[in-house]
Amino acid sequence: MKRMNGYLKAGLVLTGLLAAVIVLGYFWTPYDPTAMAVGPKLDAPSLAHLMGTDNFGRDIFSRVLKGAGTTFAIAVSTVAIGAVCGTAVGAVTGYFGGAADEILMRLNDALTAFPSILLALVIISILGPGKKYNVVLALGLVFIPSFARVTRTAFAALRDVNYVKSVRLMGASRARILVVHILPNTMSVLLPALTIGFNNAVLAEASMSYLGIGATPPDASLGYMLSEAQGMFTMAPWYALGTGLMIVLLVFGVGLIGEGLQRRGNEVA
Amino acid sequence: MKYAAKRIAMLLLTMVIVSFLAFAAFSLISGNTAEILLGTQATPERVAALERELGLDRPLLARYAGWLLGFFTGDLGTSFSYKQPVWELIAPKAAVTLCLSALSFLLIVAVSIPLGVRSARQAGGRLDGVWTALDQLCMAVPPFFTGILLSWLFSTVLRWFVHGNFPDLRADFPGALKYLFFAAVSLAIPRAAMTVRMLRSTILREMRKDYVRTAISRGNDRGGVLYRHVLKNALVPVVTFLAQTMAEIVAGGIVVEQVFAIPGLGRMLVASISNRDYPVVQAIVVILAFWVVLAGTAADLINQRIDPRLRLGGGS
Amino acid sequence: MKKKLLALLLLVSLLGAVLSGCGDGSTDRAPEDGQNDTGSTEAAPHANEITVGIAQDLDESLDPHIAVAAGTKEVMFNVFEGLVKPTSTGDLIPAVAEDYTVSEDRRTYTFTLREGVKFHNGDTVTAEDVVYSITRCADTSEGAPLVEAFSVIQAVEAIDARTVAITISEPSNEFISYLTTAILPADYDRQDTAPVGTGPFRFVSRTAQDNIVLERFDEYWGTPAYLDKVTYKIIENADSIMMSLQSGAIDLFAHLTSTQAAQLGSNFHVAEGTMNLVQALYLNNAEKPFDDVRVRQALCYAVDKQGIIDLAFDGYGSPIGSSMYPAFSKYFEEDLANYYTRDVEKAKSLLAEAGYPDGFAMTITVPSNYQPHIETAEVLVEQLKEIGVTAKIELVEWGTWLSDVYAGRQYQSTVVGVDASNMTARALLERFSSTAGNNFINYNNAEYDALFAQALASYDDAEQTALYKQMLENLTANAANVYIQDLADLVAVRNGLEGLNFYPIYVLDLSTVRWAE
Repeated sequence: MKRMNGYLKAGLVLTGLLAAVIVLGYFWTPYDPTAMAVGPKLDAPSLAHLMGTDNFGRDIFSRVLKGAGTTFAIAVSTVAIGAVCGTAVGAVTGYFGGAADEILMRLNDALTAFPSILLALVIISILGPGKKYNVVLALGLVFIPSFARVTRTAFAALRDVNYVKSVRLMGASRARILVVHILPNTMSVLLPALTIGFNNAVLAEASMSYLGIGATPPDASLGYMLSEAQGMFTMAPWYALGTGLMIVLLVFGVGLIGEGLQRRGNEVA
Repeated sequence: MKYAAKRIAMLLLTMVIVSFLAFAAFSLISGNTAEILLGTQATPERVAALERELGLDRPLLARYAGWLLGFFTGDLGTSFSYKQPVWELIAPKAAVTLCLSALSFLLIVAVSIPLGVRSARQAGGRLDGVWTALDQLCMAVPPFFTGILLSWLFSTVLRWFVHGNFPDLRADFPGALKYLFFAAVSLAIPRAAMTVRMLRSTILREMRKDYVRTAISRGNDRGGVLYRHVLKNALVPVVTFLAQTMAEIVAGGIVVEQVFAIPGLGRMLVASISNRDYPVVQAIVVILAFWVVLAGTAADLINQRIDPRLRLGGGS
Repeated sequence: MKKKLLALLLLVSLLGAVLSGCGDGSTDRAPEDGQNDTGSTEAAPHANEITVGIAQDLDESLDPHIAVAAGTKEVMFNVFEGLVKPTSTGDLIPAVAEDYTVSEDRRTYTFTLREGVKFHNGDTVTAEDVVYSITRCADTSEGAPLVEAFSVIQAVEAIDARTVAITISEPSNEFISYLTTAILPADYDRQDTAPVGTGPFRFVSRTAQDNIVLERFDEYWGTPAYLDKVTYKIIENADSIMMSLQSGAIDLFAHLTSTQAAQLGSNFHVAEGTMNLVQALYLNNAEKPFDDVRVRQALCYAVDKQGIIDLAFDGYGSPIGSSMYPAFSKYFEEDLANYYTRDVEKAKSLLAEAGYPDGFAMTITVPSNYQPHIETAEVLVEQLKEIGVTAKIELVEWGTWLSDVYAGRQYQSTVVGVDASNMTARALLERFSSTAGNNFINYNNAEYDALFAQALASYDDAEQTALYKQMLENLTANAANVYIQDLADLVAVRNGLEGLNFYPIYVLDLSTVRWAE
């Protein structure tokens, strides 16, 4: 067992807490997050409404819990898609090189240079708007290139390492070499990449919703709520602050884990 | 030289792929340009007539070939929505976005390099943990959230700039820069924090290498070694990272421009996508992509100067 | 160590310099409550101009015969005029024409042009220009004519330099209302980018996605406008509207939400008018389950109009019960708004009768750029929940809405507001006849079609009005749509500005607006 460091601990505690709250939010929230007029409109934070109420008299705290769940779920699935596909692309291109590598990397460059909003819009449009998981698919696709780049370098570096050469001589299949022998050794690169990916996904989802192409009301995500909150900032600053802080904490916690993982990786290396 | 030529050829290839993807995207996206232009008055006859007029009745590849030909002869076409030459339409917006990106980029470089070096030198120090945590916190702030707070504080409360009244770039350049400054700050914060972290870890990795240990054990001053050798080598990945930052700023700018009501390419892009004004979208996508790819190429070429060994392993 | 500090110091002072530099340019930093009355940020007397915020850019073409968006017409109302023009009280007054007579058989309208009416390019309006403008809108070579109602025109003739006669195939009470169509110069072909009309303001310039500038037309035939210059500033992001108002960038902004209006602060007052839209949950009558009248009625019983107005609009707005809004007092029947009062039990039993005892799931498609409609849909979802109907909101771009919902009719239900292009009942009701090209709800009712045919053929105003009222009742009784309200139009007006008049159609007349002395 490798040693835990402070960042990892702090990050795990913070993320754990948030995760617990989010899980709780799936089963129970102080109020029904979409029920209107549970309190006065745009009420300041109080014991009854920890983060106040919005313009429909909905409880912001309940909505933030629920919204954080939506955002969290979208971010995790996005990273999963991006990481799995990206690693596959990176593994193939990094290990085999050659023409496939050249073509895929050019395509990769092109996708990176493509405004992600347009890309996401195109994908959402192809899949038909309004379907719940389109945002996830769209963002997942947007994330493939960055994972591909990271893993490609790692796989290319490990291709000619001695032990890989020896398993190759022993006649192991290519798939086996890639998955069993090389993949575990790329974890030190992949894990921090995952945490960074998660954070980018949260921010990307928030930006998309902010522009009105992400989650749809009334099941708001944090980004959508924040865009609503901007229009009420002078009257109800707590709305924007509450949702904004939730995003910050979510990303901060996972960021600390990433930091911790990387430090641990360095200590071992 | 040969390497540079190869890079530029790749750059062109990427641009062609990007422009084709953008083109293809429009045949996939729902919403018909002519129907949108005609709005609630669309009749099948009028839609067909307008499509003929706009050349939308031709097959995709023919339109793409036409566009490509136009592009290389310096003609970006005419906007469907504004009946103006695309270039005339987007040039002023591109200038605004360029200023915003450049300002933000300068901020990132100016803040993160000294802070990164400092952070590396103080690694293991008393307040190191606090600084690192603070750095992580800055990374976690979405630019549009900072944007909301900054524009409220500096526009509504302090009245340092007039939100929604972006001065003309040519008529009042300092005024425009002042306006852009706040947007640039909100864009810069998370990226600067990432750069600090990046620089710190590459410096530390470099410091652990044998040549540095040898130099220090020979009695060289730590600081001197840092500046003479380590920084130079540590900069290589940082330059690459900064090139990616350029791409991120451009993408993040789309949202921040909305928050600050800045009339830049981002707003134009979002609006033109909604209007299905594809000559404009096409031009903006190509400009943004060019920007990103150019930054990447520049980073590669700079890195090669810093560390000529990269030239050998370069292409892979 | 010192070097580092120095570097940091340098950086901080640099930032400081930039920041303090930022402060210098601003005009005024007085606290909000300090200054008395006028509330404007400038200390000097007002330049005689204003900046008006608008939420979307204008149409691609500014040609008034081509432009279709309500937002474009709202702005261009100040630039163009027809032979007649509407007033804020809902009447028609002669504009480019000085007077007109209708022949005995009610088929020929003879207009006498006002003397010396000038176009913004300095030319005098001639009979030839009028013939050109009317003929252009009546042309059928590209399918339907530009102005649908002009299909009845048989001849347009210039009798002399100041007299024009228009002959129509059948008498029509409403024909005159359509002659608000803009009169344009005959020999001018740049209307789409540099429009020229006869209105109180002339078009100066347009910057895409940014602004439109108008200036007072000094040779206007009528009462000249007060303001020298009007700049329309496009602020597409709803969230930055508030910031722009509070920062002083904008003097006037129409169509605010009640939440926005509530936080305007002391520099503004709110003028309240009506939006003149029929806001409803429009149902695709050809789509299951809305092909069953009982289901549609159940939805009507499930919805509490006043509840929506209170929750989402802070009580601003007038409930409606059919495709007509209160400003059309001639046709509007208040009773229809109470035809269905909220009754959850009744709604449930209607659903059970129709074969949906446990309710059903439905999708409400809403264009993402219209916040009031989104908020209405959010309340609707909550209200429908109580009768067991699970509604889901689908936000789509305006472009997608136009092609999928409006043109393609591929949708279940949608929340939008439908406006009238001129002051006739026909403008609101023709679309629900089964053969209308814009019948996007696929309403198909034989009785309605018959009533409409009768109304068109009727020459007697009272009889026609009665027929239109029957059509409105038909829509209500058959629950064609779940009618909600005519939205209130809340306009933020900077203190010191006065003279704003509301119209029964969707326009914003700036010719009467002025700074108080």
